[in-house]
Amino acid sequence: MNTATMNVSSLLIASVLVIVSMGFSYFQKLKLEKETLIGVIRAIIQLTAVGYVLNFIFGLKNPLFTTMLVLFMLYNAAYNASKRGKNIRNGLLISFISIGAGTAVTLSILVIAGAIKYEPYQIVPISGMIISNAMVAIGLCYKQLISDFKNKRDEVETKLSLGADILPSSINLIRDSIKTGMLPTIDSMKTLGIVSLPGTMTGLILAGTAPLEAIKFQIMVTFMLLSTTSIAAFSACYLAYKGFFNERKQLR
Amino acid sequence: MNILEFNNIIYKDDDKIILDNISFDVNTGDFISIVGPSGSGKSTLLKLCSHLKSPTSGTILFNGKDIGKSNPVNLRKDIAYCFQTPYLFGDTVSDNLSFPYSIRDKKIDMERINYLFSIFNLDKDLFSKSILNLSGGEKQRVALIRTLLFEPKILLLDEVTSALDVDNTTTVDNAIRDLNSKGLTILWITHNPQQSKKYANKILTLENGKITSLEVIK
Repeated sequence: MNTATMNVSSLLIASVLVIVSMGFSYFQKLKLEKETLIGVIRAIIQLTAVGYVLNFIFGLKNPLFTTMLVLFMLYNAAYNASKRGKNIRNGLLISFISIGAGTAVTLSILVIAGAIKYEPYQIVPISGMIISNAMVAIGLCYKQLISDFKNKRDEVETKLSLGADILPSSINLIRDSIKTGMLPTIDSMKTLGIVSLPGTMTGLILAGTAPLEAIKFQIMVTFMLLSTTSIAAFSACYLAYKGFFNERKQLR
Repeated sequence: MNILEFNNIIYKDDDKIILDNISFDVNTGDFISIVGPSGSGKSTLLKLCSHLKSPTSGTILFNGKDIGKSNPVNLRKDIAYCFQTPYLFGDTVSDNLSFPYSIRDKKIDMERINYLFSIFNLDKDLFSKSILNLSGGEKQRVALIRTLLFEPKILLLDEVTSALDVDNTTTVDNAIRDLNSKGLTILWITHNPQQSKKYANKILTLENGKITSLEVIK
């Protein structure tokens, strides 16, 4: 793969773009200059730090360390998703299992197929992509599940009263929530290349990869996001719905 | 024989007492009208019977067995509950009537459905109709038929005729009286004093969560 480099002086000249934004804010009295400056400084510090961390990790080439890093990312994503679903019982554990299952299956298939190698420079960015996508998807699932169990209480209680177990009583709500979690991924898939040139492809093209080569990676990314989202959404909804019932199969 | 026994039932919701020390027996074949002002705990009492809620203290026995220790799914198949506002799910009447069969892994029994359609005075063509095209009376009758497909032991009715016109009320009243005459035990919440005396053999009056009277009229 070609490698792209950039001079520090080029980057400094590019920083004029920040002044353009701050100039607009100043003349339009938007009072966003301070916020913009803080944002820019934070972005520079955070990205520089990440750059050094990744440089260090990529240099280690230790599969155990790579796995530990993926687990760390997984925990953070699970924690974040569980905060989205505050009324979900055992939200952290369910999120960890669901995102973990999606990530494990997808990474395994990609590694077995030879699409990627279990090397930190490939595993870390790809895990980041799929884990964050799964995190957003199950956050949406939780939101929908909580709202459905609040608004469709009558449907669930009617089915329970007919002698249905908790799964047939909640199946419509579960399906609805899985769909909600998966739709953004499916929608963005439909507009790939038409509305936007997605991140992976843009990055590779900027780094000098031929567009026809770059699309192969983008197609792989599309497949892996789809698989992780569906596994995570399915697993999260099927594990989480039980928490809306007590041990006597009554709605909480 | 007592089919249902309430022993010192207390039900609290966030420390507010909804039912306060309720004790009474229901005999097999009873038709009990439950009357009382709004907020007196009538609907909660029915929800406790079908185990959609559990009492804070006290026991409810169904055929001598504590319902708090029975399998709730099987129990609800024996004690059918029809809500005040009928909730029809899915798209069509058939979605609603096939549900009780699908949860029992059984094939749909059109003979049984047609029999219930006839006693509730509904047209057979209604089976494939969209639920969006049903009148209030039709919705309530479909909901009732849905609870009766598998001959429950007890039927709990929560003001099922309160939103119906005179003709629909008469049809439902007659169908329910007919089912009771065949041995089905019925607990019916009603606001209509005439209705409560016409068919019931007992009238239970609740006020502020307490039984103020249990009158045997037949």
